[in-house]
Amino acid sequence: MSAMLLNKEKWPEFVGKLAGKNLWVPRADGDVISFAPAAEGEAPDLEYSNSRVPPKQAVFPQTETLFRFKVEGEDLEVPQIEDQIVLLGVRPCDARAMTIIDKLFSWDENDPYYLKRREMVTMIGLACTEPGLNCFCTSVGGSPASTDGLDLLIVDLGENYLLEAVTEKGEAVLKDTADLLDETTDDPIQQKEKIIKEAEQKIKRSVDPEGVPEGLPRLWEDPLWQRVSASCLGCGTCTFLCPTCHCFDIQDETEGFESRRCRTWDSCMFEEYTLHTSGHNPRATRRERTRNRINHKYSYYVDKFDVIACVGCGRCINLCPVNIDIVNILGQVKEAL
Amino acid sequence: MITNDNPYIPYNATVEDTWYETGGERAIKTFKVVLDDEAVRKDWNHRPGQCAMIGVLGVGESMISISCSPTEGEFLRFSVMRMGKVTQALHQLETGDKMTVRGPYGNSFPLDEWQGKHILTIGGGIGQAPMRPIVEYVKANYGDYGGLTMIYGARTSGDLCFKGEFEDMAQDDELSCHLTIDVEEEDWDHNVGFVPSMLMDLNPSPENTIAITCGPPIMIRFVLENLKKLGFEDAQIYTTLENRMKCGVGKCGRCNAGGMYVCKDGPVFNYATLKEIPEAFA
Repeated sequence: MSAMLLNKEKWPEFVGKLAGKNLWVPRADGDVISFAPAAEGEAPDLEYSNSRVPPKQAVFPQTETLFRFKVEGEDLEVPQIEDQIVLLGVRPCDARAMTIIDKLFSWDENDPYYLKRREMVTMIGLACTEPGLNCFCTSVGGSPASTDGLDLLIVDLGENYLLEAVTEKGEAVLKDTADLLDETTDDPIQQKEKIIKEAEQKIKRSVDPEGVPEGLPRLWEDPLWQRVSASCLGCGTCTFLCPTCHCFDIQDETEGFESRRCRTWDSCMFEEYTLHTSGHNPRATRRERTRNRINHKYSYYVDKFDVIACVGCGRCINLCPVNIDIVNILGQVKEAL
Repeated sequence: MITNDNPYIPYNATVEDTWYETGGERAIKTFKVVLDDEAVRKDWNHRPGQCAMIGVLGVGESMISISCSPTEGEFLRFSVMRMGKVTQALHQLETGDKMTVRGPYGNSFPLDEWQGKHILTIGGGIGQAPMRPIVEYVKANYGDYGGLTMIYGARTSGDLCFKGEFEDMAQDDELSCHLTIDVEEEDWDHNVGFVPSMLMDLNPSPENTIAITCGPPIMIRFVLENLKKLGFEDAQIYTTLENRMKCGVGKCGRCNAGGMYVCKDGPVFNYATLKEIPEAFA
């Protein structure tokens, strides 16, 4: 695969060339960064740590219509997903997260909505040079310049961006923007290696998942679950903002004579999530729900799909209103093993 | 197998017949349902123990046991307790009305593996719904099995499902049918007492026998204990679980018991497997 250089002065032009498609870019609103469809002429500023809501929302929307129907009707109209999506500025952890949830949406039976959008998306990543305070991607199989799930990786070299194609889709982007790009030499490639090594060293937090997937079931009744969930409010922030969380609810909505069946993100941290209609709840307290969240990510998912369902993005730590910290929980798990 | 590349799209079906099994607040109503599309109907091939997502458009869907055996004909039966939003809407349906069906979902009772063995079903309340297809399947294939014993109980005679079928069962020499209710009633000439006690009184031999149980969690717990007392090995005992479900195809996440998705890896579990799942009896 090829690599090219883009002088930063040509950045707006480069973005402009991508804008013909359904382009999503990171946009700042105060200190909150969100991915959103680009406005005309918008060239995103790439000086940001990460978006608050992960870019998975472009392929797995918070609410999406499964089908529409008329009240009293029998015919179901399934929305067609035909638009190409270009996601620009995706952090490597978030791209890797999509490769992890791909496994869930394609095991046994395919989820046509998710998989169709995944097929239609081109992911242009942005390597991390200044990892966030609570980043720990290197502990769970990622890295600041991981290309898993990406089609093209952008690395900030100061004056230039280095653009490395990872897939044919990435090559196509380089081809479409060829007149803006310069050939690269070995120097920028070496410069990239150095920058990434430095970035890795800037990651201060770590967990050691060795032995955790097989060990977690042994800690089922351990007092640690009471300890780590005691302050939990059950707000669901940790799961809504998690790039690998994929659970959803299905509900019917009716307005006038128009109905739709839709799915919306749901959270295992909510009481209603597992509540039976009889009133019985197999995960009745936040202790059980926290235990399930950690077991699901670090044990069940590993059993089923051979990968930890956590990419170390740190969102659940950064944004938990009561400072529940998954790195700390895993530390306690390791200690208890 | 039905090929449908979108597992969220339900099939349309028509209620061919419907009747109440029990009354009261939490009435149980049975629906005999026929899938509208002929090709889908021909292709549909469920096995005893499987479930289906049934629903009403505009209201929603619930995962319900298919309470008939495929040996009974080209229709489906669901026995639904009136509990929440969806089951209330289902209870409004009368003969000729439409419902939606997705499935069949989940694994099934390994009836082929059980050939040559004596089959013992132990059901309580609505828990008889997944037992019924086993009973019907074995009845249709008596020669393949070493006998059939059915224990079924409920709080009162009015709470027993499938009452209309018991008379025929009493005439059936190959089937040993035992009914019980929790408290004495006038004109009740069967057993009085809890299902687990009745199991002890009957004292079935574990030899070459498979025991399958489904009912309220408390009943299951004591039935399992008593089966062990009677000398049943874990591997001879099966049960079927239920959890809240939305998708039925192992995506929406909520039905897991430990690392198992009840919709995919279950609902049928062998007790040897089940006792290793920490949340299974939560």
